[in-house]
Amino acid sequence: MDLVGHLPRLRRYARALTGDRHRADDLVQDTVERALRKALLFRPGTRLDTWLLAIMHNLFINQLQVAQRQAETALDELSIEPKSATDPQQAVAVLDIETALAQLPVEQRAVLLLVALEEHSYEDTAAILGIPVGTVMSRLARARERLRSALAGEASGEPSLRRVK
Amino acid sequence: MTPPLESELHAFVDGRLDPARAAELSAWLAQDAAAMARVHAYRAQKEALHAAFDDLLDEAPPPRLVAAARRSVLRRLRPLAVAACWLGLGFLAGHGLRTTGDSRDLQALVQRAAVAHAVYAPEVRHPVEVGAEQEAHLVQWLSRRLGTSLKTPRLGALGFDLVGGRLLPGQDGPVAQFMYQDGSGRRLTLYVGHDREHEASAFRYAHEGKLAVFYWLDGRFGYALSGELPRAELLRLAEIAYRDLTAIPPAPASNP
Repeated sequence: MDLVGHLPRLRRYARALTGDRHRADDLVQDTVERALRKALLFRPGTRLDTWLLAIMHNLFINQLQVAQRQAETALDELSIEPKSATDPQQAVAVLDIETALAQLPVEQRAVLLLVALEEHSYEDTAAILGIPVGTVMSRLARARERLRSALAGEASGEPSLRRVK
Repeated sequence: MTPPLESELHAFVDGRLDPARAAELSAWLAQDAAAMARVHAYRAQKEALHAAFDDLLDEAPPPRLVAAARRSVLRRLRPLAVAACWLGLGFLAGHGLRTTGDSRDLQALVQRAAVAHAVYAPEVRHPVEVGAEQEAHLVQWLSRRLGTSLKTPRLGALGFDLVGGRLLPGQDGPVAQFMYQDGSGRRLTLYVGHDREHEASAFRYAHEGKLAVFYWLDGRFGYALSGELPRAELLRLAEIAYRDLTAIPPAPASNP
């Protein structure tokens, strides 16, 4: 049981989910603090990583709802932080996947990231998000298709090359 | 073959089909260019996601996050087990042994030993401060801190090997904890605490839930052997530990 050891993966998921480095780290911090407050509810012998991700997901959804209530224009969620890469082709490709990701509905984005980036099983993903496995599969299918057409639409099937001028 | 289900196509991309079905699906995909294009696109998505975000895995987390994750070290370690030990063992020991100074010392000893067991035995990454590969250093260090000549009992005959040990704060100064583990991952801790001079005591036994503790006093030291083991098995281990520990100092000249 080591929360520090979980930080890198929590940060990766949060970064991909929020699309913003600072928001991601705030979300990780909120998650860790909430986890420590709720430590009594963690059952020894169960998986700490999925428990932490479930806490993070709930926090993120709550934050989105609050933000949406507070301001109609709260679309920070879509904010994109361009990566500073020295290779311009790589920069374009990275921006493309991030842009496409940000355009996915949150529930599809979460499923896609947990499966395709974090490599969790469909069952674990369902447990983290508190939804049935069937819903995981349908959201995964929709997310992948949307991403495919978004990336293809941007660059006619060659996302990393065609936009380089 | 039967055409794959939509969900199988995703399981194929995610490497979650069994090998036989995956082979069937590969063959099927070779005949279906549209499905193949989807598989390629989904795989490319995964690669793009890793390319975009994996650098965070190699980056040191900012200090504020590390500090937040380290806060409340005790609370994140099996808090229920710790609380149960304090209450349960205090209750048990308090009832068994009422009023003498020795009994109060024993009660405190068994409580602290059980809590230390509950805190450190489940640790995956850092069960001990100094590992068994540095046993000589470990024994020397803990002996110096406790002001005696410690020894690690040999429990290998009953399947338990030394994992290592650590220094802990006790009521009246430093305390040593040695950890042992058997082939199935069960862990024992031997807690050695400093105390006033005592008459040697018999073995006493306490348990709370699955955790069993044999404890005894000998000279200036109190000992407690804790583990989630059957009583008879723990007793055999405690007897070996007692024998090894009381062989010091001086070591009796064992004639061959």
